[in-house]
Amino acid sequence: MDQLLHSAPLLAILVSALAAVAIPLTGERRRNLRETWTILASIAKFGFVAMMIPGVLAGERYEMSLLEIAPGVELALKVDPAGLLFATSASFLWILTSFYAIGYMRGGNERKQSRFFSMLAVCLSATIGLCFSANLLTFVLFYEILSVATYPLVIHAGSEKAYRIGRQYLIYAITAGIALVGGTALIYGLTGTLDFQPGGFLEAGLGAPMLWTIFALFALGFGVKAGVMPLQSWLPNAMIAPTPVSALLHAVAVVKAGVFGFVRLVGYVFGPGLFGDMGAATVLAVFAAATILLASLIALTKDDLKARLAYSTVGHLSYIVLGVALLVPQAMLGAAFHMVTHAAMKITLFFCAGAIYIHTGKKKVSQLDGIGRQMPVTLGAFGVGAVGLAGVPLVGGFVSKWYLAVGSVDAGMLIFLGVFLVSGLLNAAYLVPIVTRAFFRSSPEHTGFNEASLLMVAPIFVTMLLSLLLGIHPDGFFQFFSISEAIVEAVTGTSFTGGG
Amino acid sequence: MSQIPALIPTSLLLAALLSLLAGLRSQRAGHAVAAAGIVVSFGAALLGMWEVVSTGQSIRYAMGGWIPPIGIEFVLDHLAAYMTTLITFIGVVVIFYAPRSIRFESPGKATFAYPSMALLLAGLSGMALTGDVFNLYVFLEIAALAAYALLAIGDRGGPFATVRYLLIGAAGGGFYLLGVGFLYFSAGTLNMADLSAILPELVENRAVMAAAGLMVIGLGLKMALFPMHFWMPDVYTNAPSAVSGLIAPIMTKVSAYAIIRLFLDVFPPGFFTETLPITATVGWLSAGGILYGSILAIGQHDYRRMLAYSSVGQISYVGLGIGLANPIGLIGGLLHIVNHALMKGLLFLIGGSVRLRTGVTRIPDMKGLGKAMPWTMYAFVIGALAMVGIPPTAGFFSKLYLLIGAVEAGAWIWFAVIIASSLLSAVYFFRVTEMIFRDPGSDPAETSRDQGGEKDESTPDHPVGEAPASMLIPVVILAVGVILVGVFNFAIISALLESVVAPLEG
Repeated sequence: MDQLLHSAPLLAILVSALAAVAIPLTGERRRNLRETWTILASIAKFGFVAMMIPGVLAGERYEMSLLEIAPGVELALKVDPAGLLFATSASFLWILTSFYAIGYMRGGNERKQSRFFSMLAVCLSATIGLCFSANLLTFVLFYEILSVATYPLVIHAGSEKAYRIGRQYLIYAITAGIALVGGTALIYGLTGTLDFQPGGFLEAGLGAPMLWTIFALFALGFGVKAGVMPLQSWLPNAMIAPTPVSALLHAVAVVKAGVFGFVRLVGYVFGPGLFGDMGAATVLAVFAAATILLASLIALTKDDLKARLAYSTVGHLSYIVLGVALLVPQAMLGAAFHMVTHAAMKITLFFCAGAIYIHTGKKKVSQLDGIGRQMPVTLGAFGVGAVGLAGVPLVGGFVSKWYLAVGSVDAGMLIFLGVFLVSGLLNAAYLVPIVTRAFFRSSPEHTGFNEASLLMVAPIFVTMLLSLLLGIHPDGFFQFFSISEAIVEAVTGTSFTGGG
Repeated sequence: MSQIPALIPTSLLLAALLSLLAGLRSQRAGHAVAAAGIVVSFGAALLGMWEVVSTGQSIRYAMGGWIPPIGIEFVLDHLAAYMTTLITFIGVVVIFYAPRSIRFESPGKATFAYPSMALLLAGLSGMALTGDVFNLYVFLEIAALAAYALLAIGDRGGPFATVRYLLIGAAGGGFYLLGVGFLYFSAGTLNMADLSAILPELVENRAVMAAAGLMVIGLGLKMALFPMHFWMPDVYTNAPSAVSGLIAPIMTKVSAYAIIRLFLDVFPPGFFTETLPITATVGWLSAGGILYGSILAIGQHDYRRMLAYSSVGQISYVGLGIGLANPIGLIGGLLHIVNHALMKGLLFLIGGSVRLRTGVTRIPDMKGLGKAMPWTMYAFVIGALAMVGIPPTAGFFSKLYLLIGAVEAGAWIWFAVIIASSLLSAVYFFRVTEMIFRDPGSDPAETSRDQGGEKDESTPDHPVGEAPASMLIPVVILAVGVILVGVFNFAIISALLESVVAPLEG
């Protein structure tokens, strides 16, 4: 058991890579067997990740060094609270997404399902890989694999439009990837090390021009995936992918990889002290704050449901970036926890949007009048996610937003408190009307109870439940809150004894 | 063991001769003899590499028992082991790939192709092994002659392009030989080890400076160093695919190797960097070549021409490693020799497989091949990812080391050039990838627009299938190699390349 625990980081990465190979070999003709691989891999992956939670919370860091991949740099894994937080949420949501995707892909009679499930598995391998990366090079390696593996999912529809969007996606992703490689080379050439250190390892002695160049390269590299404006425009377009991809990758895994990159950059490469002193924190915070407000405003104007959710994602990703950039413990805690709560709430909303689309063919908000009577569970869950994102108590979003708000007061930045509050209102303005229209207006099309398939409704119900649980008892579910605290303690050195 | 340095080129020379004789009776026998000789030389190269790596000592062999400086010496050191293993490996892969492809593309000429291939490999491995600057010229010309023969058997434009190449190549050889002459008159020896002992006293000598300049110019022409690259695109475009797949990966690299050899082991430390700004010049020309090659590759409609322009850029990465002249940068350049050999060999061979099955060489006509030839096309994706530099393929690491080297040297413009060129490579390779994996015939309007209204008559109507095993297996081997070299690049560096760049550690 102990041995298993110590190889768990690697197993968690490999298990889905294995599935990615098994899936196309099994093929469309034996699709039940093929889907079994996805389900088994997702459960096993989550198991491997979850079994490390008690140890990591007790201060254990599971480390593995695989091979020396460059002079003085190893392909190495290290499980710390930050990586574990992201890995736990992503791998747990993959289980639900797997069931959901089966319902979605079969319900919509989609093409190339083997490629779809295979690439999804590769993406999850890469995501967990970058969570557990012990140094920048390993991180960049998985980050690049994630970028490339997402491409076939974006062009899944195979239409001219999908290819055009795929091209745009690649240009953004490759540019970002090369910026990261450049930044990594820069850091290695200047310091000779790439290992993540809680509290950072760069020193002010490198000089402002170098530090700013490093920051610029990484901000470009992570900003693309994190959708920080003005680098966000690929994300709403990427919604052309099947909804399970939008839900898991473009609300959780891929985009949060960018956000997670900022966490690593600020907390483990620069360190909060240096990042604040050089002034980069302010720059990042201003960009993030502008993104929050603009994305919320744009979301108001979108009639396409997935586009509206996509802009909402853009905004919420910047909540996390802003929380990190504020550098004070409470804000970082809120940011870390928002990675989990936003994941749960947003995936619920996307699942709902997909269920509605597959079941009724409706894509636009204006077509959803009265649909709540037909699909009460789906729209009920949508309502929970919507009020959660707006920051209503008893849903997870309230807790993370609370700490973000407290953090901006702690940091003495009342303007950002204002940003969070205004954006909360805007969230309510663009999400809640969808629910009210669905339930309180009526339409001749939607009469009588008629839900989507159980394979889709059950995951929706679970993610909704998770969103609520995170709000009612933040630490009750996989101790996400304790892990978030451990991250902040590691990065800032503050202790939260008795807090939370 | 000590015969290995001689065994590698002689088995190839012998194979070339016997293959021709056997080939006159039967093509199949000619191929078998050439293949046997190449496999033997590959085995010998592996053994030699093993010996060098395990003992840490070079293997020296005096030809005909004549001790240098009177006789010619072959030296199998770390760098030579690295190069010969690569050269013979590519040889093995291509010789098994060649028969189907050459019979299809250049019917009736296969008899002469196999001996020429063996001869080319003999020349290139001889260049890598010799410890004598004049003998290097001899092998350079042997390789060149074999290459002219091979290139001329291609498409209609082949002979013309080859004649131009021949003229340039002769000029290149001439420059190099002239440099050797200056060197001999100044130092009185042609043996590399002796030269490296004598030359430190002659650093101020004008003739030695001229010698260095002339030799590098000559090798630069052979290496297609920008702006001396102009012969290359036409040559690669018109050659048979198997020939491009053999020549493009290794031929220009061996000339780059020769420059590195002169820089590290013949001329005194600092001579190429401080006395004469040779490395810096090579570096700046390479930076130009990287941008030029990448940009022109984007505009190409012919698959092979695109690869040729990409080669102009890729060989320049090796040149950039020379230009950086620091350990990590040069490691990047040296690693890129193997990386690019594998990926470019892979991509040219894929072009041959596609041509065999469909007759197509233009990118717009490659639409939908992903469905027809899935394995070949997955291999293409790996090659394309490696060219762009996506981990864990080999291309990622050489670029990373070059970037680190640029940081250490403070060469910020080169840093920017490497980054920019990765983006450009992404553009032209993903254009092809996207084309391949589209549904065939899903959008005919766009295809004809890309063709500029022309209709390609060579596109067959019958359904297209996967390449035959004799062509698919070499492709798959190279694709797997691209990934393995990436993942285990550090093993190569620590076993071979670290001792190569040791003179730079200062």
